[in-house]
Amino acid sequence: MAKTILSVDDSASMRQMVKLTLSTAGYQVVEAADGREALAKAKAGAFNMVLTDLNMPNMDGLSLIRELRGLPAYRGVPIVFLTTESDAGKKNEAKAAGATAWIVKPFQQDQLLGVVRKVIGA
Amino acid sequence: MEPSVKKKILTVDDSRTMRDMVSFTLRAAGYDVVEAPDGQAAMTAIAAAKVDLVITDLNMPVMDGLTLIRKLRAIPTHRSLPILMLTTEADEKKKAEGRSAGATGWIVKPFNPDKLVSVVQKVCG
Amino acid sequence: MDDLSRFKQTYFDESAELLAVAEAGLLRLSPGDVDMDEVNAIFRAVHSIKGGGGAFGFSDLVAFSHEFETVMDEVRNSAIPVTTELVDTLIRANDVLAQMLAYAGEGVDAPPGATDDTVAALRHALAASGGGGTASAAPQTPPPATSAVNDDEDDEAGIFGDAMAAINAARDSEAPSPPPADRVRWTIVFRPKSDLLLSGNEPAYMLRALRRLGDAEIVCHLDDLPKLADLDAELLHLSWTITLTADAEVGRERIDDVFEFVADECDIQITADAPLPAVIAPPPKRDAPPNTPPALSESALVPPGATAAKTDGTAKPRGAGTNGGPGTNGGSGGGEHAGLTTHTIRVDLDKIDRLVNMVGEMVITQAMIAEHLRDVPPGQFQELQEGLEQLAQHTRELRESVMSIRAQPVSSVFSRMPRLVRECAALTGKEVQLATSGENTEVDKTVVENLVDPLTHMIRNSIDHGLESPDERERMGKPRAGTVHLSAQHRSGRIVIEVTDDGRGINRAKVLSKAIEKGLVQPGASMTDEEIDHLIFLPGFSTADQVSNLSGRGVGMDVVRRNISSLGGRIGVYSTPGEGSRFVLSLPLTLAVLDGMVISVGEERFVLPLTNIVESLRPKPADLHGLVNKCDVIMARGEYVRLVHLHRLFGIPKAIDDATKGLVVLVETEDGSRLGLVVDEVLGQQQVVIKSLESNFRRLDGVAAATILGDGRVALILDVAGLREMSRHSGDSASGGGRSPAPALPAPKSESRQRQTV
Repeated sequence: MAKTILSVDDSASMRQMVKLTLSTAGYQVVEAADGREALAKAKAGAFNMVLTDLNMPNMDGLSLIRELRGLPAYRGVPIVFLTTESDAGKKNEAKAAGATAWIVKPFQQDQLLGVVRKVIGA
Repeated sequence: MEPSVKKKILTVDDSRTMRDMVSFTLRAAGYDVVEAPDGQAAMTAIAAAKVDLVITDLNMPVMDGLTLIRKLRAIPTHRSLPILMLTTEADEKKKAEGRSAGATGWIVKPFNPDKLVSVVQKVCG
Repeated sequence: MDDLSRFKQTYFDESAELLAVAEAGLLRLSPGDVDMDEVNAIFRAVHSIKGGGGAFGFSDLVAFSHEFETVMDEVRNSAIPVTTELVDTLIRANDVLAQMLAYAGEGVDAPPGATDDTVAALRHALAASGGGGTASAAPQTPPPATSAVNDDEDDEAGIFGDAMAAINAARDSEAPSPPPADRVRWTIVFRPKSDLLLSGNEPAYMLRALRRLGDAEIVCHLDDLPKLADLDAELLHLSWTITLTADAEVGRERIDDVFEFVADECDIQITADAPLPAVIAPPPKRDAPPNTPPALSESALVPPGATAAKTDGTAKPRGAGTNGGPGTNGGSGGGEHAGLTTHTIRVDLDKIDRLVNMVGEMVITQAMIAEHLRDVPPGQFQELQEGLEQLAQHTRELRESVMSIRAQPVSSVFSRMPRLVRECAALTGKEVQLATSGENTEVDKTVVENLVDPLTHMIRNSIDHGLESPDERERMGKPRAGTVHLSAQHRSGRIVIEVTDDGRGINRAKVLSKAIEKGLVQPGASMTDEEIDHLIFLPGFSTADQVSNLSGRGVGMDVVRRNISSLGGRIGVYSTPGEGSRFVLSLPLTLAVLDGMVISVGEERFVLPLTNIVESLRPKPADLHGLVNKCDVIMARGEYVRLVHLHRLFGIPKAIDDATKGLVVLVETEDGSRLGLVVDEVLGQQQVVIKSLESNFRRLDGVAAATILGDGRVALILDVAGLREMSRHSGDSASGGGRSPAPALPAPKSESRQRQTV
């Protein structure tokens, strides 16, 4: 059964790229444009992994991570966040909030796949 | 059979002079020597390459000798690693603590070079 | 012990460093608030000195340091309380220890009784612990020997009875066979943090990833597993040891990559067992000679990844000896870092100075060649041109490398300050705390050495004149102890050192009246606060009401400024009455070579430090403005910037006056203020060797140093901050004329076409 990933980013083109990359590799992808939408969808469904940017309107990535970790169903679900190379502070904050792994922007498709595979298997 | 390979010894001491003297003595006796200034650096060195013997001082910053010995013995792979400690002559208490921490033996400092070599040969060949 | 006497110099060098560490630690000891880490560091320093001394037979030294060590041991066991009296005794003991080392170093005996007083004081301190202390007394009965086999021992060394048996047993239970050639066996110990699962990481995936790298034997450890009743299902209590046999191409990085997201929070140890060289048949005779035996992992047949380690220093085996070696005198040291042992070598300072000089000459020669090549039409000798560019690149890199050899952290200077502060405070009856930051900022050795005097004067000044007495401070609501803050940092290509105090600030009224009295300033002249503050730097200025035995007479700030200027530096002061003063010293990072931009004004050539240049522009008439009675300005990058016509400032004939016909180079000082310099042309970038103007000629305002260009001409290296000062005073304005503070340059002819040997 295919694993389902929740992809959260306020950039439509980023969401498009992620969806294309992951669905071609056999994952199911559901999208959300900001943290609030993502949280609602997460509560309503069951995902194997959440991939989120940090800077978003309505609810940013850090808050989303914290909210998710507060939900019993998502306590152990892998959460991967997107970060820029230079932002060590944000990275540490996200880890402290409970994130599992990270990808540095800008990234290639195979890098995305590599991290996803590492974190939830095939 | 296997060609003889040099045994590698790790000497751990915060005193540069002491490290230099131990290295010099053991290299002259045909051993390969690497150095670390404290227990923490020693752990890193051991994780990076296989050593055949550790000689450690006891008083060091960051991580002292007894702690180093205990940490090493806690790792299964290092149960067979010979560890010698450097002590000052009178210190029966430290020798006993070393023994129970898992040290293999001791050498008194300031050390006699011939004695050092002979003990090293006994524990690691 | 004959063999080991070659290490005596190492011992003395190391002991000198240890003494400095001990002294710094002792000065920081305060009775109310004892930092045990510091105490332990001091103990270890004395302990090491004693240990080494024993190795070389310095018995008096050993005896004395034993007394010292015993007291330190009691202090670290908290058996003796730390009082000011104790600290004074210990500082004195440290000084005596230094003396004993000096005697030992010269091979003479200490005069009899040299240590008696101090030993008495130490023993007296010991008595305070109530009964001689536990250290030297008979040790508590050691736990009964539990070994079944007797220890193999004599009085110099020994092997614990059952220790060898345990080791042999452990060896037998390990996988005995070495991995086949071309494969490497790794031992990976993975101890994840217990809340790993709560961040969504799954160890099973990591183990699976390891399996994909080769053959893996995985052992799971259950020793941390709590009882079922205490088990928290969400926490991880497992750890693993993985023995991975992988092909040679699988390097350390791929294993690290598996643990990419958890490495910094979990305990992961990765060890490689280097395989034996594949070719066994002819026993390599080359291994026999003792002098250059290649260690196992340096053998060419071993895959490069095998012993790759994150930490280089300790792991790499060394063949030929760069061990201890005979130390040369006056080694520049500074090479060893705290954590790992990076291999260092001691070098004569003279050799390094010669090297720096040679590199400097190389830079000049390279510039001269480049100059000649400029006359060659482009397109010809293409390879020559390219080769020369490469040469320029290499020269630059070489220069940077050589300069970094001489670079030293300022801590060597800063470390002398605590003692100075302590003495000054005692002499003036004030309470002072010293705070430092940026001690690791590095700067060329020549600059560092020249910092000691200015800093000493400035700190003495702050304590003597700046800080108020404890009572006065209390009355003002300030803490009784004044603070002097010493800091160093790199800023736009220079090193900036600040000395800040929270004292009473500069008494402007007094300074102004004194300046008028000495005829340094016209009465009735209007001056800004900052200008008044800077009066203290004028020669002959000193407002000491009484000649304190501390600052003395004549050691004024003008001397300090002169010293700093001769290094190509600047000093400024900012003061707030009642709150304190801040002295800012800015110095070039190196006194030797500079990246500069060559510009021309009339027949003259000047060099501007690249670090000061923002951009160069050809202004349009619309960008230029004149302010009534003041200066011309230019609009650049959104702000009005003062225009400075260099030819007016320096009195250079036949230069371009109209900024729109020449070029304006926008420059910036360390504090961010900008100027627009009007020049004829910008000729190009060049590395130049700095030659001191002051030591060869004399100090000129606005000029930092001089250099020799490729064509043999002397070019002056401009000091942007100095130019700013000059332009303010001379009012380089449309009204022209006016008295220029800088002496006009000597006629150009006498300088050009002469290569001075400096």
